[in-house]
Amino acid sequence: MKNYILSIFALTMMSIVLTSCGPGSTSKKSGGNSGALTSGAAAQTYVAPGDYDEFYAFISGGFSGQLAVYGLPSGRLFRVIPVFSQDPEKGYGYNEETKPMLNTSHGFVPWGDSHHPDISQTKGTVDGRWCFINENNTPRIAKIDLKTFETDEIIELPNSAGNHSSSFVTENTEYVVAGTRFSVPIPQRDMSIKDYKGNFKGSLSFISVDQQDGGMDLAFQIRMPGFDYDLAHPGRGKSHGWFFFTTYNTEEANSLLEVNASQNDKDFIAAVNWKKAEEYIKAGKFTTEKTRYAHNTWDEATHSATSTIKTEVKVLDASKLPGLVYFLPTPKSPHGCDVSPDGEYIIGNGKLAAELTAHSFTKMLKAIEDKAFDGEAYGIPILKYEAVNAGAVKNPGLGPLHTEFDGKGNAYTTFFISSEVVKWKLGTWEVIDRQPVYYSVGHLMIPGGNSAHPWGKYLVAMNKITKDRYLSTGPEVCQSAQLFDITGEKMKLLLDFPTIGEPHYAAGCPKDLLHDKTTKIFKLEENKHPYATHSEADAKVFRKGKDVHINMTMIRSHFSPDNIEGVQVGDRVFFHVTNLEQDYDVPHGISMIGANASELLIMPGRTETFIWEPKEVGVWPFYCTDFCSALHQEMQGYVRVSPRGSSVPISFTLDGDAPGAE
Amino acid sequence: MIAGILLFIPLFFLPLWNITLEAPQYPIPLGMDIHISKFADTHPFDIKNINLMNHYVGMQYIPETIPEFEIFPYVVGFMMVLGLIIGFFGGYKMFFAWFFVMAILGLLGMYDFYMWEYNYGHNLSEKAIMNFKNPDGSVMGFQPPLWGTKDILNFTAHSYPRIGAVLMFVGMGLTFLAGIVGFKESK
Repeated sequence: MKNYILSIFALTMMSIVLTSCGPGSTSKKSGGNSGALTSGAAAQTYVAPGDYDEFYAFISGGFSGQLAVYGLPSGRLFRVIPVFSQDPEKGYGYNEETKPMLNTSHGFVPWGDSHHPDISQTKGTVDGRWCFINENNTPRIAKIDLKTFETDEIIELPNSAGNHSSSFVTENTEYVVAGTRFSVPIPQRDMSIKDYKGNFKGSLSFISVDQQDGGMDLAFQIRMPGFDYDLAHPGRGKSHGWFFFTTYNTEEANSLLEVNASQNDKDFIAAVNWKKAEEYIKAGKFTTEKTRYAHNTWDEATHSATSTIKTEVKVLDASKLPGLVYFLPTPKSPHGCDVSPDGEYIIGNGKLAAELTAHSFTKMLKAIEDKAFDGEAYGIPILKYEAVNAGAVKNPGLGPLHTEFDGKGNAYTTFFISSEVVKWKLGTWEVIDRQPVYYSVGHLMIPGGNSAHPWGKYLVAMNKITKDRYLSTGPEVCQSAQLFDITGEKMKLLLDFPTIGEPHYAAGCPKDLLHDKTTKIFKLEENKHPYATHSEADAKVFRKGKDVHINMTMIRSHFSPDNIEGVQVGDRVFFHVTNLEQDYDVPHGISMIGANASELLIMPGRTETFIWEPKEVGVWPFYCTDFCSALHQEMQGYVRVSPRGSSVPISFTLDGDAPGAE
Repeated sequence: MIAGILLFIPLFFLPLWNITLEAPQYPIPLGMDIHISKFADTHPFDIKNINLMNHYVGMQYIPETIPEFEIFPYVVGFMMVLGLIIGFFGGYKMFFAWFFVMAILGLLGMYDFYMWEYNYGHNLSEKAIMNFKNPDGSVMGFQPPLWGTKDILNFTAHSYPRIGAVLMFVGMGLTFLAGIVGFKESK
């Protein structure tokens, strides 16, 4: 009997094992080319068909206003996320749902200049929740949800101009921080430009981030002297609670800055104690100033943006509040302001300097304690250079711009003028390697290279000039990035790849942080769009005065309804179109002849709206713009437009019947 | 006997059968789990997506429910109660009797399933978007296999028992064994 039980038990277990390996389980992808040729650069960047890249790279689109998503090491472009510019491909800034996202205190602005993406962090480690990016021209910060890869919030920054030293997050994403490159009169007023000095001011903005939903809020601004605040990075580890900004034009010139802002031997790195700022805010040491700025938020349930104009900001005056800001003298108009992974060294990339300056956070604290001051600027103490300086990389190259770290004690700096990337050692300041780039590199990016825990495997150099590197495309040629392997003592150039717009800066993270966590579809049942149509039977067309609303559905391979009559010349026709699909990667598009809008490209489960104002009598077709299915070419319909005042009633049908009829 | 009956309990919450459809465009295959009381998605929205695929060849939508789902839980429940009573009080003859009744009911279930599948695969709309003919000129049907694997156009269809059915088979095996043991002990 015992044997029976045992054998039956074994049989049962075997059956469970067998059925659980049935066709329902999918096979995992193979390891690709790993273990194959590891020598050649081609093998190192080859990602076999169907295999995945190891890292994501979010590379700013510069004057395109967008953010591009690439894979590393292949350099393949996956997606351009529309952020600050309209994108007709995706309907962004054209459809009624996203138009408010581009609203500002200056009204609707269709374009932006995106600069510095930064991924959210937890305990100093890149965590892949959100990506922030700044807009330089109309100062704004955007937040991109890294589940949907969509822009879901934009906040404008008042009292700012040239929002360049942004958008960098603190160690736990307590704040995303922004600075102003152009100082301006605050509040804005009619005054002579010649009176710049002493009258124009800078603003450093601290935007708090809600840890649950990422919601941004302009917590406070710090009013600063009228310098140019160029770049920034947070303290981390021991220097957590501080934020560092490079400055130039401490001369406070207002014209021919290339000469007049290059006169001082040393400009400053401004060290801001934001924990102290929080104390001052708590203690009520701020002034509340009237201002105007737009705050545009996104509701996932209605997938619609709302723009709100806010009118107040809390301001802390750095000139009057002791202990809030200190100046660290730093040679010659520093650009990048970079903090080593352990938080100890603050690197000032003096772009006109003969050497690369490293300050010590430990020495800085001691200098503050010892009051080792070398005067002050507008009431802000200037620390003695010798008292804070940790060392310098001698003769590193010409025109240093930006430095990142590999987490193994090395730093990598770009040199614009000598067109090279230089590897050097933290602490000993010796140069280890230098490699030419083609040409004139701006920033570089190592995934996690501006955090406490870099993934020091690849380095992406982002170049300003390409000239002869690619097939010629007329006078305007692409900008580019170059990928280096930094696992060895010497850097090894692996790959050139073109980029969109101008790649100012990038942020990267391992594939596993994002790839398996992205949204595949939007659940139709969670769609709370006011004009959502949850089934074909709910589709309808109705008139409200001169507005005609078409609540339409799309599913493989038809619209419902697809025959609509009763529209008149002079009407405003709203197409509210819901994609009923609930399958991954089955978007449908729609466009209407004569509509002064872009197409819509609607993801499964979502509703989007465009407006069409028919100007001529006739029967006008619309169609699906995305090859969705085998019968995509059949996915089309007609709207009959009658003269104004016509007696043709509103009607809407699918296959001759009311939509949803059996 | 009792142990065998207890193995029927999972039938009320684990799937009995599964049909899975594989195609190049579906790196994650579409699947439908069949329980004694419902059709269920293997992954969210699979049945909706199977319906969407199948409408191109004129197949009917998989119904929300079928009359059998009203009956099956009672039949299984009744047989379990009966089995427990027999297990406690009955002899090996009763064990065999229960086994054969259950086996016949199972075969009937399979036959019913086959008939549903046949209808599902052959009752095609006259306005079907795409029509396919077999090599002999007859209208191609799209019936998934009763048990096994079959290529249907761009899909490979798999139809196999799932854990609920396996446990049921084992449970039935146990009752049969209990019958044999009882028979031997009676000698």
